[in-house]
Amino acid sequence: MTLFLEQVLNGLQLGVMLFLMAAGLTLIFGIMGIINLAHGSIYMIGAYAGTYVAMETGVYYAGIPAALAAAALTGAAMEFLVVRRLYKRDHLDQVLATFALILISNQVITLIFGRQPLFVGLPSALSGSVELLPGLFYPSYRLAIIAVGLLVALGLYLVINRTRIGMLVRAGSTNRDMVRALGVDIRMLYTIVFGLGALLAGLAGYMAGPILAVQVGMGEQILITTFVVVVIGGVGSIRGAFFASLIIGVFDTMLRAYLPGFLRQIMAGSEADALGAGLSSMGIYLLMALVLLVRPKGLFPAHS
Amino acid sequence: MTLRKTILAGVLAAAAATPLAAQEPVKIGMITTLSGPAGYLGQDIRDGFQLAIDAEDGKLGGVPVELMVEDDSLKPGNGRQIADRYLNNEGVKLFTGIVFSNVAGATVPDIVDAGAFYISPNAAPSNFAGKECNENYFVVSWQNDSLHESAGQNATNLGYKTAFVLAPNYQAGKDAISGFKRFFKGDIVGEVYTRLDQTDFAAEMAQIRDAAPDVVFQFHPGGLGIAFLRQYQQAGLLETVPMVVAEPSMDAVILNAVGDAAKGVNVSSHWNTDFENSANEGFVAAWKEAYDRPLTYYASQGYDAARAIAAALKATGGSVDDADAFRNAMREAAFESVRGDFAFGPNQHPVQDWFSLKVVDGEDGKPALKTVGTVFEDHGDVYAAECSL
Repeated sequence: MTLFLEQVLNGLQLGVMLFLMAAGLTLIFGIMGIINLAHGSIYMIGAYAGTYVAMETGVYYAGIPAALAAAALTGAAMEFLVVRRLYKRDHLDQVLATFALILISNQVITLIFGRQPLFVGLPSALSGSVELLPGLFYPSYRLAIIAVGLLVALGLYLVINRTRIGMLVRAGSTNRDMVRALGVDIRMLYTIVFGLGALLAGLAGYMAGPILAVQVGMGEQILITTFVVVVIGGVGSIRGAFFASLIIGVFDTMLRAYLPGFLRQIMAGSEADALGAGLSSMGIYLLMALVLLVRPKGLFPAHS
Repeated sequence: MTLRKTILAGVLAAAAATPLAAQEPVKIGMITTLSGPAGYLGQDIRDGFQLAIDAEDGKLGGVPVELMVEDDSLKPGNGRQIADRYLNNEGVKLFTGIVFSNVAGATVPDIVDAGAFYISPNAAPSNFAGKECNENYFVVSWQNDSLHESAGQNATNLGYKTAFVLAPNYQAGKDAISGFKRFFKGDIVGEVYTRLDQTDFAAEMAQIRDAAPDVVFQFHPGGLGIAFLRQYQQAGLLETVPMVVAEPSMDAVILNAVGDAAKGVNVSSHWNTDFENSANEGFVAAWKEAYDRPLTYYASQGYDAARAIAAALKATGGSVDDADAFRNAMREAAFESVRGDFAFGPNQHPVQDWFSLKVVDGEDGKPALKTVGTVFEDHGDVYAAECSL
């Protein structure tokens, strides 16, 4: 039972990380109609900037503003220099341009920091484990990630549902042309949305640093799963991204944890391991296919 | 098939026999992985190789050489294209550098079928060691399985009775687990295949804790290994369940990045910085002089590959065109390896000693790998029996 609860927590933690990425991606896709493959690069840049500052100063928390600032600035610069020229082009052009951005940012990072991964230690207050229930120890840093992710989700909910800018964002994701026709400065809105998305990606990247390796190409690893989340949740819907992230996080973790063991009871050990590993890596894509079969626009479509 | 290959090789050799100007440097084509998370592997192989060339002022074995390097980006198709270009446009007869077995699998057959030589500084998949061994294919590093066989033997020597094994779900990962099992005498209480692009191992950590084995064996090269070890420590497992790994999961870069989380881990390897032989001492000093970054075993293999080529070039007077002469000279392995004893087995893969290392506090306060004992002596590989050279 404690093992199961621990796996649920692991799934939640993966889910909130995915949410931080997916929130930005879904807004950018839903409101601006841009497929931004370079979102993973912003995640990487946030991780590198934050980790570099944390390494230089020796203070973990000093990395947070650095990561956020670097990610938001990179995002705004990307929007201003490249993405702005793509709004009217078709998706293939967008994919090409943002894919080029991935290659460019990977190479620039390699030139500046080299090919060897960076290292940042855990803040000492969060380096241990917490006993949540008798026998259930869980790393406090991962708990902190869950807490931050849920807080960000709450904050986003309030911003989007309670503020004027949030209203424009919602309107933009439902009917872009109407918002423009009503005289809203859509360019400004675009830059803000892009910057906000980048900010969240940078936060995710920096928080992932002490757990994963801060290295070139780290963004691409999470990007594909993030796209799955966006598609399942419904393009442009923050609410959809939130629930889809948690579903994918928990579903993926559970498959990895339990499927091979389950299969081993009905077939030979080595075959079960191979099949289990194969199925659990396919699992989220199968889930995506199923969701799209039943609800072609995702679970919570923004353009309903 | 064999006949056709032989004829093809003969035609190519004849075509290549047109004499070159004597001072023309010998071209060495290095196809290696320089980009992406595993880029440091290729970078170290390249720089270790270059170190041997620099030590002779642009020569190997007294023969001027030209090292041509290209990045395969860990894509088998790229490796193959580069090889074709080098073979057809540049007339390269000597190849080296490939880091990953999947790239080697696509690229090496083209090279050796064209009558050129391939000297592997790293990847050595099992098929090329057994039935598909080739007289123009040499491996200076190890056969892939040997790494993990040494870890299995090491775990047996350390007296562990139950093991939990983890590796990514791809060919080298499966080879790692079967290599470990071949020499581990205890029981396997858990066997998990992770995804090759997976960086979060929380679910696996929970499974390990639940299984409570005597020892954990894992194979996660490069960035995967850093993430794995750090999460192993964060999950509090480092104090409770010891770990046995082979060198790829604990190279100097991983060790540097993981820091204290690596302390106490048992590693098995064919080489370590603290080996006391003159070749190694010279190499370690030259590396520290030239580069300001950790010295990995990849670099040592690049260096040894260059020195093995140097010995052969010296024996043939710089000629690669007489393939038989060059091949026979290579087989002699008349160079001082940085790992001490070194010889080629019947399938032209190394027969060498394996050592157990432990991560301890180094002199500068950072964790370092220390050699503590021998695991195997003159260890070859099981596939040599299937090779008919």
